[in-house]
Amino acid sequence: MLSFIARSSIQKIITLFFVSVVSFLVIHLAPGEPSQVDPLNPKFTPEMVERFRQQFHLDKPLYVQYAYFYRDLFTGKTVSWKDNLPVLKKIIERFKNSLWLFVVGTLLTWTLAFPIGIRSAIFRGGLYDRSATFFSYLLISIPGFFFAYILIIIVVSTFHVPVIDMETFGMGESSWYRWLMDRVWHLLLPSVLGATGGIAVLSRYVRSQMMEVEGQDYVRTARAKGVPEEQVHYKHALRNALLPFVTMFGLILPGLIGGSVIIESIFAWPGMGRMAYEAILARDYPIVLTVNFISAVLVLIGTFISDVLYMVVDPRIRL
Amino acid sequence: MMTERVEHPLKPPGVEKPLAPRESRWKEFWRLLRKNRLAVLGFFIFVLFFLIALAGLFLTSGPRPVFDPAIVRLEEKLRPPFSSPTLEILGSDRVPRFGLYLLGTDELGRDVFSRMIQGAWVSLTVGFVAVGIAVLIGILLGGISGYYGQKAIRADQVVAALIAMVGIGLLLSKTYLGGMLLLIAGILYLVVLRWWKKKVRKPGETAWTRVLSVRVMSIDTLIMRFVDIMLCFPSFFLILTVVALLPPSIYNIMIVIGLTSWMGATRFVRAEFLSLRDQDFVTAARALGVGDWRIIFRHMVPNAIAPVLVSATIGIASAILTESALSFLGLGVPPPHATWGNILSDGKNYIFDAPWLTFVPGIAILIVVLSFNLFGEGLRDVLNPRLRERS
Repeated sequence: MLSFIARSSIQKIITLFFVSVVSFLVIHLAPGEPSQVDPLNPKFTPEMVERFRQQFHLDKPLYVQYAYFYRDLFTGKTVSWKDNLPVLKKIIERFKNSLWLFVVGTLLTWTLAFPIGIRSAIFRGGLYDRSATFFSYLLISIPGFFFAYILIIIVVSTFHVPVIDMETFGMGESSWYRWLMDRVWHLLLPSVLGATGGIAVLSRYVRSQMMEVEGQDYVRTARAKGVPEEQVHYKHALRNALLPFVTMFGLILPGLIGGSVIIESIFAWPGMGRMAYEAILARDYPIVLTVNFISAVLVLIGTFISDVLYMVVDPRIRL
Repeated sequence: MMTERVEHPLKPPGVEKPLAPRESRWKEFWRLLRKNRLAVLGFFIFVLFFLIALAGLFLTSGPRPVFDPAIVRLEEKLRPPFSSPTLEILGSDRVPRFGLYLLGTDELGRDVFSRMIQGAWVSLTVGFVAVGIAVLIGILLGGISGYYGQKAIRADQVVAALIAMVGIGLLLSKTYLGGMLLLIAGILYLVVLRWWKKKVRKPGETAWTRVLSVRVMSIDTLIMRFVDIMLCFPSFFLILTVVALLPPSIYNIMIVIGLTSWMGATRFVRAEFLSLRDQDFVTAARALGVGDWRIIFRHMVPNAIAPVLVSATIGIASAILTESALSFLGLGVPPPHATWGNILSDGKNYIFDAPWLTFVPGIAILIVVLSFNLFGEGLRDVLNPRLRERS
């Protein structure tokens, strides 16, 4: 166990190093330079551009820039090129907003996907199973933004509640109850949208996992010795079918960041995804690179957690 | 018919038909697919979409296309579907085909039907080219990793590759002379080494050569670590970054989507190759002296292609979705080309005045992506013999 942890940490650190190099290269080798973002602005004299380049080390060779950037990142001194605010502070601020979407969306996904998947595995081939299958394909295939517009039209025209942005502007004076309901309504649509794809995929996965286990010998044995159906499904089959899902707890971690550029831009939600998108458009490299780095760290931590969990849960696995 | 049959000299008498029921691969495939009604539906929509896209290519291009997607009629903007144009205002050359706006017009008075069938071809190419790139890289890397995977990379090769990489790095940071020298030195060493190996049996053993010929890792490890590195990037975010930084072009989008989605195919091919490599027919081919490349492409790839085909079908669907999402963010295929994504994203501003501008492309994308997904899943069931026996 200890040797596994040590080995995989070293491996992950090496991977992280290469990720940092690749992302740095991808961004810096693209044509164009951040100092040329606004060439028509009369305030952008050549001297200004030169000062800008010097201040952010853009006149140095690439490997020096790389060293500077990651030194700043690890000492927490990276600043945005756009407004000179510390990147970490900006990210944490946006992260708090995204966290709400992430938590509600994940809860919805995991609480809905399991019952749906288990039910369609138990009644396989039935009307319920077939319609669940069809609907999950429908939800996977629908373009997210198109679905978002349909939902917005439906919700706004039936319930007459505002749904764009995090809260309705100018709610300061109203009672706490109205304030809460307002927040809930604003949170509901984006998190439902974020969850739909997850529900569809996860419930399909639960179904196939359940079906696989139900075909095993020990399930047949349980049935043969007269265990009630309920117990066969939920005690013998489900517990074993749950094994791979333990590992998926680790894999939802990256969703914290990569989440939802599109959903956040439709709903004007001031979250991470939108900040990253705006940073890309403005060529604000420190933010783009930091977000990329953090999300790579999250992916690696996630896979690490899932490996460890798998080892803890399934004694047959020895990594 | 009976009289024409020539009896095989070695055939035992009394056996008229071949013993096993002979069924061509396609017939068997069709018989199995037919059981899954949704997959058949998906397959037909897939074929229909292909035909429409092909027809759209011919009907909307050329100097005088049958359906012209580029005619701007500002006086006829935002007309609902099936409305007929006012003939007095339009000149005879700007009247739409059949004298009808089949799917209405957009905010510039362009015929949405023409734009849709033009966009079908673009969406199709984006999907196929992107997935084609991904599958090619996947087969190549996965094949190398699965077939040659056990060969080790020695320390001196790593050092040489590192030198070459430092050279590339220097070149990129505009230190041309040093970079060039290091790059050439690194590559030269790798090339000369191969040649040296063949000519000279055993170089003298010194402490240095022993250190340099330590086995660092296998090729398999190298490629799989590379896959891990690529999987660390949040894929849509990576695509967004690259597409936003590159000049807008339809080819860039295809290439970028392809270059960021090959990891799954690589893993599938590698897994299949690992299990195929030790099977008897491969050993037999090797014993016959068949070359490595022929074994890989003629014997192993056809046996390993099934999961790749499935993931490619689903990959086309997700490439079409990715393209439309990019168009939605304003980074998609640039204007002269109409794609379903940019028809939709232009139309969203008129969602209450002209809902068809949103719903026509939206539902079209939905149906096509759905059909690809259903067909892909059906294909997975058909091509997976384990599932076949059970049902």
